[in-house]
Amino acid sequence: MIDAVDGLRVTRSGPLALLQDAGRCGVRRLGVTQGGPADLHGWAWANHLVGNAWGTPALEVTFGGLELVAERALVVAVAGGDLAATLDGEPLTGWRSLSLQAGQRLAFATPVNGLRAYLAVAGGFAAPPVLGSVACVVREGLGGHDGQGHRLAEGDHLRVTPRCADTGREAVREPPREAPAEARVDYRQPAVLPLLPGAQVGEFSGESLYRAFNMPWRVDDRADRMGVRLAGPPLHCRVTSMISEGIGLGAVQVPPDGQPIALLNDRQTIGGYPRLGALTPLACSRLAQCLPGQEVRLKAVPTERALADYRRFRSTFA
Amino acid sequence: MSGTFPQGLPRLEPAGLDGWMVRLFDAIDEANMSWLTALVRACEAAFGDELIDLVPSYTTLLVIFDPLRLSPVEARRRLVECLAGLTPDEETSDAPVKELPVWYDASVGPELARLAELSGMSRDEVIACHSDRSYRVFALGFAPGFAFMGSVDARLEAPRLETPRRRVPAGSVAVAGRQTSAYPAVTPGGWNLIGRTPAVLFDRDREGFSLLQVGDRVRFVPIERAEFERLGGDPRPMEESR
Repeated sequence: MIDAVDGLRVTRSGPLALLQDAGRCGVRRLGVTQGGPADLHGWAWANHLVGNAWGTPALEVTFGGLELVAERALVVAVAGGDLAATLDGEPLTGWRSLSLQAGQRLAFATPVNGLRAYLAVAGGFAAPPVLGSVACVVREGLGGHDGQGHRLAEGDHLRVTPRCADTGREAVREPPREAPAEARVDYRQPAVLPLLPGAQVGEFSGESLYRAFNMPWRVDDRADRMGVRLAGPPLHCRVTSMISEGIGLGAVQVPPDGQPIALLNDRQTIGGYPRLGALTPLACSRLAQCLPGQEVRLKAVPTERALADYRRFRSTFA
Repeated sequence: MSGTFPQGLPRLEPAGLDGWMVRLFDAIDEANMSWLTALVRACEAAFGDELIDLVPSYTTLLVIFDPLRLSPVEARRRLVECLAGLTPDEETSDAPVKELPVWYDASVGPELARLAELSGMSRDEVIACHSDRSYRVFALGFAPGFAFMGSVDARLEAPRLETPRRRVPAGSVAVAGRQTSAYPAVTPGGWNLIGRTPAVLFDRDREGFSLLQVGDRVRFVPIERAEFERLGGDPRPMEESR
């Protein structure tokens, strides 16, 4: 076990920056939500580009605004959304690893393409696991850099776990790694979100099902890590409420107003609205990068296909 | 198992590429819980470390497995086996009951008066009615450690508040519909508050984390203010408590 050391200092907080590992599991029966990166794809690539294993904590920066100063030499990577990041004022290239020297300033501005950027540091951010995870869930006061579920604030120090070879005595030298073009998503394009139909799909009227899968939906501004509301023609379901039951990641619930809500990482663990089905994990990731007003479409896919896509995605990452 | 479950149940419903919803019953009933707790243990044994999470709730169990190691088809096969061999946990009259001490008082339970009015009982009768039976934990949700328990006496049935409170103090004991609960932490909430417990309902440093678990039997025990404070309760009335 290598001791954690100071890695970065927060000099400007921005609206929402959270430390996330792969998420909290095994405690949902206690009402504790999953947490974890809203965009698994961007988070996994950021970690991968600096040689981190799957599950290593990385920063999720939503909207931008965050500014950090390196307190030692570090290898980092930014992936996911383009929030106009700069290094000492110069544009920073995303989707590749780069070396930071002590004192260098890394800043995120505003969304250019996508909504959430992921910052990973070689060796990983270090934080106390809470209920088995460092996933930061503000509502529950669990996880994050301080274990208390706090978003980053000015003056916070982010600890990192240095690699064995990297004792901080000299600048880290590692060849830059770059993500292939096909991994870099243009989040401004209209998104097609694969969905696995669920048990209540037959309770929706035929017209509603036609609309659900053939009309565009607009991402509402009521969107956060709990869920994203989709605006469009109202959907009608014969079942209006059910006895509360567990809700999986990506469940698309339809409350009586007919406007679907795709439930993401910080959703409540149980709920009682009928559901069209569940977005695939990668569809959740894609949706989490959409800005309010963007258009998305739902596309029913068979489970085998979704599973193959997910396994192919995961096979890239150790 | 015919006769035990409603027609067409149990049933396995798709729940994403890493989940199955096991639907056992179609109505809320305390007797469901001994089947659900038995199924939770059966799944833990059958899936081992390929299990990611389990969410038991009233009539269902959501099973989340590792989709890299298990296909939905294989997971389904295991669940069918679990269900085929399932017997409910023993129901005994001397099953342990967890006791939650409660200081029932209008200063910390502003809806005591509302429940008295709705039921036509005195406040003391409302308190006696709420505390004279044991409840079953149907599910945990809404917030870590928040237990949905039932069922309260029909006379105490009360709709949620029209406008939820923005801050309900931790420990607040509450009724909504025919369910009752206690708020583990300060959260927004729309239930009728009737008292406050000094018990710590969720503690990240405690084994098991949550004081109450799905399937538990729980009884509310009335205590006086002095005892409430001795047990570490915060007696500040609603408007002052933070």
